[in-house]
Amino acid sequence: MTSSDVTDVKGAESAGDPTANEAAGNAAGAAPVSAQDVLHESDARDARASGAELESEGLTMTGQEGEKSAAHGAANRGDRKRSFELADHEVPTSKVEEWRFTPLRRFAPLFEDVATDDREGDPALDYQVEIPQGVPDVANLAPGQAPRGTVLVPEDLTSAVASARCEQALHLVAPKGTDVAEPFRVAITGSGADRRGNAHIVLETEESSSATFVLNHTGSAQYAQNVEMVVGDNSQMTVIALQDWDDDALHIARHHARVGRDAKLKHIVVSLGGSGVRVDVIGELAAPGGELENLGLYFSDADQFLEHRLFVDHAAPNCTSNVAYKGALQGAKARSVWVGDVLIRKQAEGTTTYELNRNLVLTEGARADSVPNLEIETGEIEGAGHAAATGRFDDEQLFYLMARGIPEKEARRLVVRGFFAELIQQIDVPEIREHLFESIENELERSMN
Amino acid sequence: MSILEIKDLHATVETPEGTKEILKGVDLTIKAGETHAIMGPNGSGKSTLAYAIAGHPKYEITSGSVTLDGEDVLEMSVDERARAGLFLAMQYPVEVPGVTVSNFLRTAKTAIDGEAPALRTWVKDMKGAMADLRMDPAFAERNVNEGFSGGEKKRHEVLQMQLLKPGIAILDETDSGLDVDALRIVSEGVNRAKENTDVGIMLITHYTRILQYVKPDFVHVFVDGKVADQGGPELAERLESEGYDRYLTPTA
Repeated sequence: MTSSDVTDVKGAESAGDPTANEAAGNAAGAAPVSAQDVLHESDARDARASGAELESEGLTMTGQEGEKSAAHGAANRGDRKRSFELADHEVPTSKVEEWRFTPLRRFAPLFEDVATDDREGDPALDYQVEIPQGVPDVANLAPGQAPRGTVLVPEDLTSAVASARCEQALHLVAPKGTDVAEPFRVAITGSGADRRGNAHIVLETEESSSATFVLNHTGSAQYAQNVEMVVGDNSQMTVIALQDWDDDALHIARHHARVGRDAKLKHIVVSLGGSGVRVDVIGELAAPGGELENLGLYFSDADQFLEHRLFVDHAAPNCTSNVAYKGALQGAKARSVWVGDVLIRKQAEGTTTYELNRNLVLTEGARADSVPNLEIETGEIEGAGHAAATGRFDDEQLFYLMARGIPEKEARRLVVRGFFAELIQQIDVPEIREHLFESIENELERSMN
Repeated sequence: MSILEIKDLHATVETPEGTKEILKGVDLTIKAGETHAIMGPNGSGKSTLAYAIAGHPKYEITSGSVTLDGEDVLEMSVDERARAGLFLAMQYPVEVPGVTVSNFLRTAKTAIDGEAPALRTWVKDMKGAMADLRMDPAFAERNVNEGFSGGEKKRHEVLQMQLLKPGIAILDETDSGLDVDALRIVSEGVNRAKENTDVGIMLITHYTRILQYVKPDFVHVFVDGKVADQGGPELAERLESEGYDRYLTPTA
């Protein structure tokens, strides 16, 4: 712990779930190396508890790399440069903290400033928008046309290109005081792995409204995407982003939300498909009484790379955030990365926050990285904690179930289904819940045949 | 009529210090309706015997045979052994997060019987068995072994034995760590299963206390990987007063 502007981390360590075998909270931001140390302990503990050995997954960051990234990075996660100007953003390199896990060669097409590859009567991506009854029809926003750009200002090159190259952003709105029962559904279908798409989508719940937005990605593309969420005062927004791509898709998404006073955002990311998917989610708790729930679920297969980054920015007093991401991995070179940054700013007194990431490594040759970071600038918080653990599929669980006559396939299915169940149960759209249980079983079926 | 026959069973385990033989020639036959107490000091290999019969991958059988009604158990996978009629109540049951007790029990029952149980009788059977073991009905909706107390875990094991109706049940230190009340409840459960299904029982225990509740027909003293002595219930009484020293002291 080298950061001098961090006042107190004891609150973090004493909070959290005492029954779980996980890392104690710590303050990392400026000292990612120490975060790694803590994570190391948590993994070791988890390994002992489950009888698993963890030599191949997890903890990649060496001290040297850590120093480099600390030297590069802004002192505080909230200080990263944001700009619409392409010239303000470097092409990512693995020396940069926020890209160090990402296979840059694979994602290279998405660092190029290229227009959307629409052809005559054949768009690169098809958008089917289903608007619930009694809600204004879909509108478009040009760059600079509010609320577009009031929340999301690009923090990296791909996001800046997606913004600059998208003339007409979809704008979906729940009007003031309206409870929209049916979800807004946006079906985004890519036409091919060689087709570049740039998109900016603005989701908005006006004051005292509530709505659910579902973004479903299928087909294939090279897709650079911004999703901007304006969560008005006292409103409730649910966003479900499903990455259900074909095997050859590339997708870099920047999600950025600002949660208003007494408002709540439930943000759910589900990544199952694609060759490479990176979803970077910023949630700003910008006014008192806001609540943010970040849920995520991913399943990485052979050669698949899935990265999820979160930044929860507690910038106002008495806000609550809860992050829970779970992933399963199977097959050679199945990869996942999870980085969860939580910043509790000086003014964010009375904050409650918890973040959790769990990974289940089902087969040899898969690897999960997991990095929780908690930066606390005020001692006056209610509670803060985090947990990260990566474990092998537990052979003792398998033995227990099989010793009751349950065949191996069925036993594995039960365990993996159980692992994801508590997250899936929190998704309020029944058809998506069903779809997810089915998808998980399909994934498992594939691995066992 | 089930019959489990163990003949000259040898098994090893891999340790950091190399391969170690734990079972060194076990001979034991258990028939339906019989209760055999296996008693012995810590580290004598009692639990290894239980896990080796159930098929835990940690143990390698190097020689000998185990048959159930003449069928070669050692050729079967873990789940096949259970479906053939073997049951192991574990000393340290494993947590299975996200899987409820009721889902687990129904899945196991379906696997053992080869078909899903009729819903109405199944729910009645399950509730009845839980009530007998003084388990709260809410228990069925908890995740398997997650956050269970020691006593709850053991009751849950006996509940499974009652519902799955094995031919031969191995109870691995099911009495350890229980207070007297819990011990009585668990023992009653075992006795009910004996009455109702004629199950043959291998009762592995470190203490003689459970034998006041579950009466053994045979007592085997297990020392250094094999059966060192056997007799009737009176042998347990003798162990109670004399301990295992007699078996451990090298004979002159």
